[in-house]
Amino acid sequence: MSRILFKQQFTEDVFLMRLHAPLIAEERQAGQFIILQTDDDFGERIPLTIADADTKEGSITIIFQVVGKTTKQLSTFSVDDELPALVGPLGTPTHIENFGRVVCVGGGIGVAPLHPIAQALKKAGNHVTIITGARTKDLLILENEMKAIADEFIVCTDDGSYGRKALVTAPLKELCEQTPKPDMVISIGPPVMMKFCSETTRPYQVFTQVSLNTIMVDGTGMCGGCRVNVGKEVKFVCVDGPEFDGHLVDFDNMINRLNSYKDIERHHYKCFVENAFKEQEVEA
Amino acid sequence: MSYIQPEQLAEQARSLLDEYLPKVSSLKVKERQKIPAQEMPTQDPIVRSANMEEVALGYSFEQAQLEAIRCLQCPKQNCIEGCPVKIDIPRFIHHIAQGEMEQAIAVLKETTLLPAVCGRVCPQEKQCQLHCTLGKALKDVDKSVAIGRLERFVADWERINGKTVIPAVKPATGKKVAVVGSGPAGLVVAADCRREGHHVTIFEAFHKLGGVLRYGIPEFRLPNDIIDNEIETLKAMGVEIKTNFVVGRTRKLIDLIEKDGYDAVFVGTGAGLPIFMGIEGENLVGVFSANEYLTRANLMKAFEKRADTPIYPSRKVMVLGGGNVAMDASRMAKRLGAGTVYVVYRRTENEMPARKEEVLHAKEEGVEFLFLQNARRVVGDSQGRVIGVECVRYELGEPDASGRRAPVLIPNSEFVMEVDTVIVAVGNGSNPLISQTTPQLAVNKRGNILVDETQKTSVDKIFAGGDIVLGAATVILAMGEGRRSAEGINRMLAEGE
Repeated sequence: MSRILFKQQFTEDVFLMRLHAPLIAEERQAGQFIILQTDDDFGERIPLTIADADTKEGSITIIFQVVGKTTKQLSTFSVDDELPALVGPLGTPTHIENFGRVVCVGGGIGVAPLHPIAQALKKAGNHVTIITGARTKDLLILENEMKAIADEFIVCTDDGSYGRKALVTAPLKELCEQTPKPDMVISIGPPVMMKFCSETTRPYQVFTQVSLNTIMVDGTGMCGGCRVNVGKEVKFVCVDGPEFDGHLVDFDNMINRLNSYKDIERHHYKCFVENAFKEQEVEA
Repeated sequence: MSYIQPEQLAEQARSLLDEYLPKVSSLKVKERQKIPAQEMPTQDPIVRSANMEEVALGYSFEQAQLEAIRCLQCPKQNCIEGCPVKIDIPRFIHHIAQGEMEQAIAVLKETTLLPAVCGRVCPQEKQCQLHCTLGKALKDVDKSVAIGRLERFVADWERINGKTVIPAVKPATGKKVAVVGSGPAGLVVAADCRREGHHVTIFEAFHKLGGVLRYGIPEFRLPNDIIDNEIETLKAMGVEIKTNFVVGRTRKLIDLIEKDGYDAVFVGTGAGLPIFMGIEGENLVGVFSANEYLTRANLMKAFEKRADTPIYPSRKVMVLGGGNVAMDASRMAKRLGAGTVYVVYRRTENEMPARKEEVLHAKEEGVEFLFLQNARRVVGDSQGRVIGVECVRYELGEPDASGRRAPVLIPNSEFVMEVDTVIVAVGNGSNPLISQTTPQLAVNKRGNILVDETQKTSVDKIFAGGDIVLGAATVILAMGEGRRSAEGINRMLAEGE
């Protein structure tokens, strides 16, 4: 059981929550994630990255986007409600050291997991450039928090409603062409974005780390549902990752695997929304 | 063998019992040998292949008594030698023959904590029943006394009649024992350490207790009620339970001792690391480890409409492997609506490691077995979804290291079978989470934790047992290791005073 201490709505579909989880707050490191359930009998287990933690309050912060039934249901939870199941921190923490010049690229909701990593990299003495991007201005999150960390800060929107009208790969390419080129790139966002960031940096041979969010059940290496091809090897995102060398990840296979249950998930979401609507009507 | 209704089996047993019971004390060996071995009543195969309820329904009282009368009560008790935990088999069976069920369960409880589980899932035909004199005399292991079914009968009798006795707990010692993992080994350690008056906490990574009994073994073979009953007993004894707690991540193993003040820790984290075949196409959409498939169906209840966890919609399924997990996965796939389910095994039926009863049940439910062939490549469509498996054929050659005749590849024997789902059930390695996060813990090259004869690991105060030590084995062996670990822990804590 984990109580919701704070809830904030960022955009129509994006929410932030602080959850009471003192042990996870104490142990967690940048790059790790939790698994939660909105119902511990019939609910599914979904992985979400830990965006922040407060050991004094004994809390962790999650930021999530409504994409299916469980995230929709989670968005209906209020402060003081209890989450029936929360487990973590899971995954291998990000390896942090002074690499030199690091570019952090965050797309959409991916800015949330990027935040603690960028923070840790800055603390380790890196020169940190942050590129954040979203489809449109309203979908940008954590702008001030990221700006506070960055030595250099670039915002892009697909529609040009804010910052540069560009995909994040455009400024990334420019940075790779500069001298000195970045020592490392960290890219977290939608799979397609991570794929194209990796393709952008490949010709410049800039090491590019991506953080994968695949389908998982247990999150402890038991089911293998999260497996990805990394170079010639098969890796489990939950225990070997979630971070991998983007130049070695087989993104096309990963994207296919992410879509394994698309029809069923869409159906569950539809049923949940329709039921919630009916309940509202009955109450009215 | 044709299907016989449970009522009919019970009726037959009743009339035979009327005949034998009056002269039971004077029955000659020859006469006992003539009593027909009692068949396990089951759900009708056609009905059950579409439901999740238990397949084997358990003996009627009369069937149990009649089966118990078959026992010759040999002076040389070979059956006990075949039992990994040395249950006093002739004695509990004698009580059943006398109709003394309470005494029978008491005998079982002297040695085993989970008779309702072991009676269902033990490979008895390779253990106690293999050594049964009656089976040997009748030259058929299937005609041995059905020790497992009798064990199950007594355990069910106790539970159904509300006779479950909560074991007595000694006065509090002030010592704390942490049990990591709530599978069969952990449950036994929890009970045995709690009995001695120690404070016991079970840490479980999942949101539900039971480990492999819950996520692995399907409801139709081991109903959840039975696991719940065992856990209720532990709770009634005062065992503390923490779910959603991954030792190694939520708390380091060592920290349980150093920060949280536990005086002893038992690691029973099991063999939860699925092994894949390493063949081309194994990451296509529609290929699952048996662990994933069964966890979705069992723990996450994906077979129920209201469950959120999806299960892949399959029409034609190929299960790779020949063990009990392969049987569970194939039978589960049937129940989840697959029209065709193949089990592909590269040797023959004789070499299959699965329990005979499970193979029989799978066949009855319409699972098709394809022997002497194996998958070589999974074939996908443009969306990366499985559309077939390229297989190759084998023939049996000379016996290998395991004593089984080794399969030898037949050259140019490739052919493609059309399937949309592949379930890989070729075994499990040891889950590395604990050893990776506890570098001081000595493991072998397979990642199994090394222990001494008291189940103590290379680290003080830390014991281990079950599949994390043995590699993927059986429930009863895990239980046996749990027993030994608890003895080791209890002795260590007593000496420390």
